[in-house]
Amino acid sequence: MTPTLVASRTALPPEGAVPPKGGLSAELTHTLAASRTGPTPLLDVRGLRISFAGQEVVRGIDFFIAAGEKVALVGESGSGKTVTALSLLRLVQNADVGGQAVFQGRDLLSMSEQALRGLRGQAISMIFQEPMTALNPLFTVGEQIREVLELKQGLAPVQSSQVAIKLLADTGISEPQRRVNAYPHQLSGGQRQRAMIAMALACQPQLLLADEPTTALDVTLRGQILDLLASFQAQNGMAVLMITHDLNLVRRFADRVIVMENGLIVEQGATADVFARPQHPYTRRLIDSKPARDGAEQLPPAGAPALMTAQGLRVVYPIPLPGFKGWFRHGEFVAVQGADFSLPAGQTVGVMGESGSGKSTLALAVLGLLPCSGNLQVTGQTWGISAASNRAMRREVQAVFQDPFSSLSPRLSVEEIVGEGLSVHEPGLSRHARRQRVVQALADVGMDDGASAARLAELLQRYPHEFSGGQRQRLAIARALIINPRVLVLDEPTSALDVTIQKQVLLLLQRLQRERGLSYLLITHDVDVIRAMAHYVLVMKEGHIVESGAAAQLLAAPQHEYTCALLAAAS
Amino acid sequence: MFGSIRVSSLTNPPEAASGRLPPEGAPPAARQSRFRGGPASTPPKSPSPGRRAWLRFKRNRLGYWSLLAFVTLVLLSLMAEVISNDRPLLVRYQGTTYFPIVKDYSEKTFGGDFDTATDYLDPFIRERLSQAGNWALFAPNPYGSKTLNYFAKEPNPSAPGRDNWLGTDDRGRDLLAQLIYGFRVSVLFALALTFTGTLLGVITGAIQGFFGGKTDLAFQRFIEIWGSMPELYLLIIFSAVFAPSLALLLILLSLFGWMGLSDYVRAEFLRNRQLDYVRAARALGVSNWQIITRHLLPNSMTPVVTFLPFRMSGAILALTSLDFLGLGVPPGTPSLGELLSQGKNNIDAWWISLATFCVLVLTLLLLTFMGDALRDALDPRKAEK
Repeated sequence: MTPTLVASRTALPPEGAVPPKGGLSAELTHTLAASRTGPTPLLDVRGLRISFAGQEVVRGIDFFIAAGEKVALVGESGSGKTVTALSLLRLVQNADVGGQAVFQGRDLLSMSEQALRGLRGQAISMIFQEPMTALNPLFTVGEQIREVLELKQGLAPVQSSQVAIKLLADTGISEPQRRVNAYPHQLSGGQRQRAMIAMALACQPQLLLADEPTTALDVTLRGQILDLLASFQAQNGMAVLMITHDLNLVRRFADRVIVMENGLIVEQGATADVFARPQHPYTRRLIDSKPARDGAEQLPPAGAPALMTAQGLRVVYPIPLPGFKGWFRHGEFVAVQGADFSLPAGQTVGVMGESGSGKSTLALAVLGLLPCSGNLQVTGQTWGISAASNRAMRREVQAVFQDPFSSLSPRLSVEEIVGEGLSVHEPGLSRHARRQRVVQALADVGMDDGASAARLAELLQRYPHEFSGGQRQRLAIARALIINPRVLVLDEPTSALDVTIQKQVLLLLQRLQRERGLSYLLITHDVDVIRAMAHYVLVMKEGHIVESGAAAQLLAAPQHEYTCALLAAAS
Repeated sequence: MFGSIRVSSLTNPPEAASGRLPPEGAPPAARQSRFRGGPASTPPKSPSPGRRAWLRFKRNRLGYWSLLAFVTLVLLSLMAEVISNDRPLLVRYQGTTYFPIVKDYSEKTFGGDFDTATDYLDPFIRERLSQAGNWALFAPNPYGSKTLNYFAKEPNPSAPGRDNWLGTDDRGRDLLAQLIYGFRVSVLFALALTFTGTLLGVITGAIQGFFGGKTDLAFQRFIEIWGSMPELYLLIIFSAVFAPSLALLLILLSLFGWMGLSDYVRAEFLRNRQLDYVRAARALGVSNWQIITRHLLPNSMTPVVTFLPFRMSGAILALTSLDFLGLGVPPGTPSLGELLSQGKNNIDAWWISLATFCVLVLTLLLLTFMGDALRDALDPRKAEK
């Protein structure tokens, strides 16, 4: 339909019932013919359109999945990839779904609900992103797996519990006899996802829909879950449609990749092909969006003064003690233990680790938001008890948090949000001067979009809900920078953002560091972000810093086995 | 309506809608030069979250019209003295103008025999006032809430007729007047009770939720103890000890009415205080008081606002029930509960219970419709429809 579509390799026209042969290039026709001459595909989706309340989110897409094929559906948030997968099993509510999805000769979109129920969980099953919410917390894992077996295969309870144990064992859960009686909250994130996979594969489906199956997991677990899926796929010969935004996973896992943007398929083809020779500009942008260092890394001058030093930093959380003792005192959970580091001016110290490693706690302690013991000096001062004495320090250390949707108060306008720091630290400023400073801060973080000043002033009276995730993160940066701090604590600043936007925000942060000589304490689980941003790296595991050193050295030749595992998982 | 507003606000800048960011802009020098002229004059305001909620509320027609109807009824009842009064609004008698609505005049003023305040329902006075050159402007319903018509033609309670449009109660007071004044008392009492209860609930909930820890623990235990006191028996005991009055009722009911709301506000505060925007405010050095008032309170008001109409109807019902039991307002105060109790005692005087019942149902129904609309307007999940 659109020129971009024709340019893409095997994209079909959106209306697509019968591709008009004459209108397509010779190469395209050839590829099309090749794709259709094999055995009939397991799933053939034609002209799929999905709209919510008149707003079309999937705008006529065609794709197929051959039996035993591993296909990845890639795109950024809002591209319609998850809705596409859900609509195949008609799991989307309040949506108008049009088109065809022919599975083994039957149209999934028009068959009766009863017939579809027969297919769900049996021939087609699904894995969801967040295993904690996808499993019912009131039933044991074993009961949930057995439910599928008894419902779909009519097994007797005795048999089904044996099969459930075997399935769990197949997914690599240790002690499956014991775990089968565990409730979801008693399992770790990786184990929960394994249990979900066991459930989904209980009836040996021909097609598995996996919606971001590893996104909620730590990096070291991601590879394991992916390998598990791949091995099951090889054993059972089922087809897998994996929905993801993570190109590393696609490269490792998929035979074929389908790229979606704004409800349209812009490109599809063999994974190696697409990665080697991306045709569509959007695909190219996705592939190029790996975080990159802006310009050559400047080696830190050896004698740079440290803006922040920590020695033996220790943070504990109180936890309730069991029994009578708990009435009188608390137990301690040590979140950070014996952390030593220093942050030189104009440099970035990256803190790397998995969830629960204590890296976010470290950030809060450095910001003076959590009580800590040990010696922590920020620009030569330490955090005190009284708010007034801390105020001068707060001016030096600011923070940008992870979630752009909760980091801005939804009921304040942009002017109030960004100008808040001024009202605390420069209360004498006139309204006009304050507004000018806010506008300047917005321009500094690139909110002006190359537009006029009037356009930027227009933003002042807007509310956070009107901005996209990347823009919100820019607003959060502007809020922190408006009082000219010297240290910025970045707690996973880009992990909630789409990859292309992540790259832009990282470039912005690097530019600000260059221009203003800012020091960053960058907390992230993403090795690529560390590689692009950090001068020094700390690796944290279970509250301890297990390894630290200059970024280039540490990333090239990691010493600690945990660092090696992290780096291996991310590559 | 709301959709179009939202869309238009998103089109500018265009990238907000597409979810993509602008490319990194021009070098800072060039950018700064653009702002030398200073910010433009007052920028156009985009709808605030509160305003968008109001627009959503308006889209619920039932709720919106209920609000209009309720506000009209309350305004009318506030002007009850002009609508239903046993004194004329204005009297012209022998060339002099009198204002009986604000001033007492002795009967002698109008040619009567006694030095007492004039009873304008007295046929003799009426006759004097209708003589040539004299006139009197009566309220549409010529009875006040306490007016006893000593010149009634029928025994009490009298059925609806020309003299009393809705009939009289068993003491001969006009039912319509009773209802108008009773409605006013109920609504004003409910407003006051809702206000104090909400204020107490928000303050206590905010303290518990913001400070958490031991403060929260102590307060929660206190609420558990306080909440287990038998409210009704305390009311009965107090009404025996003290002279019954609306103020006493208000205090007693307020003392027990804040707890439910307090829990909601506490939960909202506990949730919101650990969100990143509060952390960012702390990192900026914003004071506790500022964090509570600027960041937490506005974002924790959803349950408070949603419950307002339901609390109002609860308060009206509470007053009515207490009056029905005879534990409520002092005797002589117009009250819907007392009318209901009269209706029960005079079951054949159907107009008493029927009219009171209708007024109560209408009031509660309007409040419920408003509450439903408010709940929809503040429900974030319905926001995008």
